[in-house]
Amino acid sequence: MSPTGLVRSASLILLAVVALAFPLLVSDPASTNIGVFTLMYVGLATSWNIMGGYTGYISLGHAGFFGFGCYALGLPLAHLHVGGGYAPFFLVPLAGLLTALFAIPVGWIALRTRAATFVIVTIAVMFMLQLAASNLIGLTGGTGGLRFPNPGWSGDVFNDPFYYAMLGLAVAAIAASWWIRRSKFGLGLLAIRDDEDKATAVGVPTRAFKLTAFVISAALVGMMGGVYGYYVTYVYPEFVIDPTIGISMVLMAFLGGLGTVTGPVLGALLLEPAQLWLAYHFGAIRLYLVFFAATFLLVILVLPRGIVPSLAVLLRRRLALT
Amino acid sequence: MSLVLQAAILGVLTGGVYALMASGLTLIFGVMRIINVGQGALVILGAYLSFVLFHNWHIDPFVGLLLTMPVMFLIGAVLEVAFIRPLKTDREALSVLVTYALALGIEGVLGYIFTANYRELSVWYDTQSFPLFGFRITLVYIFGFVLCLAILATLFLVLYRTAFGAAIRATMLNRTAAQLVGVDVERVSAMAFGIGVATAAAGGAVFGITNAFNPGSHYDLISRLLTIIVLGGLGSLRGAIIAALIMLVTTDVASVIISPEWSSFVFFVILVGVLIVRPQGLYGVRVRERI
Repeated sequence: MSPTGLVRSASLILLAVVALAFPLLVSDPASTNIGVFTLMYVGLATSWNIMGGYTGYISLGHAGFFGFGCYALGLPLAHLHVGGGYAPFFLVPLAGLLTALFAIPVGWIALRTRAATFVIVTIAVMFMLQLAASNLIGLTGGTGGLRFPNPGWSGDVFNDPFYYAMLGLAVAAIAASWWIRRSKFGLGLLAIRDDEDKATAVGVPTRAFKLTAFVISAALVGMMGGVYGYYVTYVYPEFVIDPTIGISMVLMAFLGGLGTVTGPVLGALLLEPAQLWLAYHFGAIRLYLVFFAATFLLVILVLPRGIVPSLAVLLRRRLALT
Repeated sequence: MSLVLQAAILGVLTGGVYALMASGLTLIFGVMRIINVGQGALVILGAYLSFVLFHNWHIDPFVGLLLTMPVMFLIGAVLEVAFIRPLKTDREALSVLVTYALALGIEGVLGYIFTANYRELSVWYDTQSFPLFGFRITLVYIFGFVLCLAILATLFLVLYRTAFGAAIRATMLNRTAAQLVGVDVERVSAMAFGIGVATAAAGGAVFGITNAFNPGSHYDLISRLLTIIVLGGLGSLRGAIIAALIMLVTTDVASVIISPEWSSFVFFVILVGVLIVRPQGLYGVRVRERI
């Protein structure tokens, strides 16, 4: 194994150990709560990046799939009278499947457009979902909200199962992202990002590839939405189909580095704890939105390519010098 | 039937206001190839500016536009220079994020100053009505419609009858070629952004009178405005105006026939239909877009 490969494997193992042991090392619920949300955003940003980063199709409506997945888990739980405990976790893949089925027609229509129009269509779909969830009162409970079963765990270890569920999903998302990046499929996606017409010309099945990436990305986000709903136990349309959730995952992917595997992970690890801290201290006066906007502007204007690609360029230059 | 007709008339009148707000948005897209996701927040900012003038100094919102529109023009031009101009690569994608961030920032600042409570501009013409074709139409809708027609007419005059308008249209057609024949495209961009934001001020005054608003109201508004300009075809002023009328008439009629809760949904159904049949919108041209 080459030295860089060794360093990489060692740091991966270290990261895995830290991630697994985190709830044991830090047992107070306030910290594990931060852990749950940070891992959720690691997963969300990574999943978003599979579509947005690899193909260059920026979706600002992924919060719609997040909310869809949340309802896709919550509604069966409510209608089948599933109790608390671990049972709901086993239905999370079902939520993912339902979200995927929903994402197919959405993607088919949205991907008829490109660039700016695509962005708008994704925003419109998100608001359409929000409206539908508010109006289909008989199904979703409307603005009155949807209650998940009570997990029934005691307060001091309450967060731990959710922590491991989010960790599992985040790892699944990273694995999918990593595999896609190395596959022929991923190469096709990157070709679409660089020049879609040329990619079509050389025989990349662009429509099928784009749709596949879109559906994978949406399904992963939907599953995280499901676990999120069970974690917070009570959701309503405007809370779970929240545009700021959609924009947060985009910002994290941008900050870390679009189209890289590690970028979105790094972006989420940096931003989500900061965001939680800001929301905790300034949330009541809504000033955290200003901080959030300022970070966003700073990232895009100063580091438009993200941390990981910028560091890579820096490192390559350093290596070239020696 | 008479209810439907009344809804249709109201749809045309409010459609005029949306046409104005959307035309600012589509003008910005046409000139700069960027989508100003912050337009909704800027409309709400305009509504709050009118609210402050009205509440503190009893300046009528329509008269106050003489003050708020120039101020908003300046704000727009400054935003363009500060945040849009520095984007060198990937402008189209990054500008969406930048303007989204601006929207969040504006929402945050407004929330800090005015709290999340809903505000209303209660002017006398909001309660008085006027007979029109046998229906009683609240005066503000007529005033708003006339105002928007006047501003849109001015906009068209500027675009088609002045040298500056020619520079804007040239930049819309081909930025590089315009630059080659001596158009200062940077300046045109800042001015166009300013004009687009100024239309938001006018739209905001009318929006503030006809709706209760809070800092978060921009989400609903921007999704409607974006849908309108996609339906009309990005960058087409005519398309934006016609799409706004179609949208508002159908939603207002749908709210009578179906239900008010589902009326906005019709909006999106039309959008989906258009995207399936004609992805470039009513007046758009199919261009090779790159992101």
